[in-house]
Amino acid sequence: MTDRWPRGLPARLPVLWPAAMLLLFFVVPFGIMLAVSFFHQVEGGFYEPGFELANYARFLDPFFGRALLFSLWISVLAAVIVIAVAFPFTYCLTRLRRRAQIPFLVFVLAVLSLSEVIIGFAWSTLLSRTAGLSNLVAWAGLIPRAQAWTPSFGALLMGLCYLGFPYTVLILFPPLSRLDPEIPEASRTLGASPLRTFFLVIVPVLRAPLLGALIMVFVFNLGAYLLPQVLGRPQHWTLSVHISDQAVFQSNLPFAAAMAIFLMLFSLAFIGLTMVLGGRKEAAR
Amino acid sequence: MNWNSSKTSSHPAAGRRQVLLAAAATGALAMGGLRPRPARAAGSLKVGTYGGYFKDSFDEHIYPDFTRETGIQVESIAEPTGEAWLVQLQTAAQAGQAPADVSMMAQVARLKGQNANLWAKLDEAKLPNTKNLHEHFVHRYPDGAISGVGAVSWYVTLCTNTEEFPEPPTSWKALWDEENAGLIGLMALAANSFLLEITAKTWFGGTDLLGDEAGVQQALDKLKELVPNVQLWWRDEGQFQQALESGEIPMGEYYHDVTGLAASQGKPVRSTFPEEGGVLDSGSWCVVNTSKAIDEAHVFIDYMSRPDIQAKLARKVGTSPTVRRELTDLTPEEFAAVGSDIPPIIPRYDLYVERDEWVSQKWSELIAG
Repeated sequence: MTDRWPRGLPARLPVLWPAAMLLLFFVVPFGIMLAVSFFHQVEGGFYEPGFELANYARFLDPFFGRALLFSLWISVLAAVIVIAVAFPFTYCLTRLRRRAQIPFLVFVLAVLSLSEVIIGFAWSTLLSRTAGLSNLVAWAGLIPRAQAWTPSFGALLMGLCYLGFPYTVLILFPPLSRLDPEIPEASRTLGASPLRTFFLVIVPVLRAPLLGALIMVFVFNLGAYLLPQVLGRPQHWTLSVHISDQAVFQSNLPFAAAMAIFLMLFSLAFIGLTMVLGGRKEAAR
Repeated sequence: MNWNSSKTSSHPAAGRRQVLLAAAATGALAMGGLRPRPARAAGSLKVGTYGGYFKDSFDEHIYPDFTRETGIQVESIAEPTGEAWLVQLQTAAQAGQAPADVSMMAQVARLKGQNANLWAKLDEAKLPNTKNLHEHFVHRYPDGAISGVGAVSWYVTLCTNTEEFPEPPTSWKALWDEENAGLIGLMALAANSFLLEITAKTWFGGTDLLGDEAGVQQALDKLKELVPNVQLWWRDEGQFQQALESGEIPMGEYYHDVTGLAASQGKPVRSTFPEEGGVLDSGSWCVVNTSKAIDEAHVFIDYMSRPDIQAKLARKVGTSPTVRRELTDLTPEEFAAVGSDIPPIIPRYDLYVERDEWVSQKWSELIAG
């Protein structure tokens, strides 16, 4: 393998370009954010360079701890729901004829073109008392009168799932399309029911992409700061909402930076844990 | 992403005020003709106002006449919301840059900038028209130098949907009424909702209560009683205005000018000055200390402090004048459209500057229940 590694500077130039971009657009901004998180915030003014842990100490307050836990909880929940819906959907989609797949894929791609703002406001109208779906339910006689279903935990969960769904389908589509049809066929020939085949053969074979999709949707949800504001009540505002409040409305960049670092560390730890657990099961087999 | 529209987001031009256009133009001409013209300082000036309705209105009604009269070209800049613009100005100033020479700043942001010496000290001799202003609209550094000048003011009032509430509410106490549970929308942040001030005035006789932390805590405890009534805590004006017009959330605090504009376009909404008064908030002109157009900035701020220009703003943009009312030629009807004779609730901006972190934390805990 070693002789494949490029030798000499000219051969390595193509690698230097992405490395330089990564340094410029990721490492440097991250370094600035890390530095700012230790700066001193002047009450009623701006931050000034310094080194103090005061911004991190504010996390000892249970309020932000609760916001962090809530962010992690709803992100995981929405990720699990999205995978549970998108995986069977994508599996069925790949079993269709090529022609039949296209309209579905176009639809999924079309949803991607909608911004988080449009999705948030569309759902808040759909779930509203005056113009929402509850009017249909009331008309059908299932509830006495139309109700406001937003803002609420359910509305926020719905919005996050809607946002994550098309990405999940696009991640799962290639591996599911490449899945050798002989594998489920063999399972069926050996007498397994379709459900048994799905859960005991197809899911384990595609564990790696499933885990990848789960992590992606989780991280995606963790960063959502707009949907919680539009579809959630204040107790549903995630840490990302508090970060944007501190940065945009309080001009307290050191505290916003500290919260962002904290959130990132937690999500990294969470991803690490998921991968370790996933890997261990792999080894056990 | 700048989805949070600021005070005030994009709204169509003031239809109701179009009828007054001819009268306004005549008045402005007459008054302008009587005044000594400011020295022509040829040059250009970058002026920042909130993107959307404000910027569009200034572009249409103010800057062209200003350029015609003074020869100074105006480059109009759209400011982002909240304190984001303050952060950008500060960061740019550290690099010796000035994204805008003159900016319209909200009061808390203005005070924070003043504490950091971000604003250029203005020469009072070059701003003769500032004597037209109420004294509280001429902001000063501790040494007495002018740090900013009131640009426009606006009221936050109790607004309702006329179909859901056939009778207008009379008091801010309506927010605490259990009958209105689930029908109320309020602003999500302590420093822009001014609910602490409203509570202090409505239940504790005045905003003096907010002078110390014990008083603020008393107001917070009172506010805790209304939290269950609130359906929506909003940051985005568009979101609340749409809910107010459709009747989804038929009551809440909102801007008097924009509500009046919507009502004039046939929307079922009304703005009411409660008996305790509306909240009088304002924006001020500040000049960043790295500006290279300091002379032009003086000319501009002085021009904007003229009674005829303030009257024009009231008619065309719907803002309340920062100059004394008797100096303007606004008729009682025109004044009623942009203000009220009920003494206003004046926000305690000092609270959000001196106890910024404490108040915002307490506030977040309060509304999260």
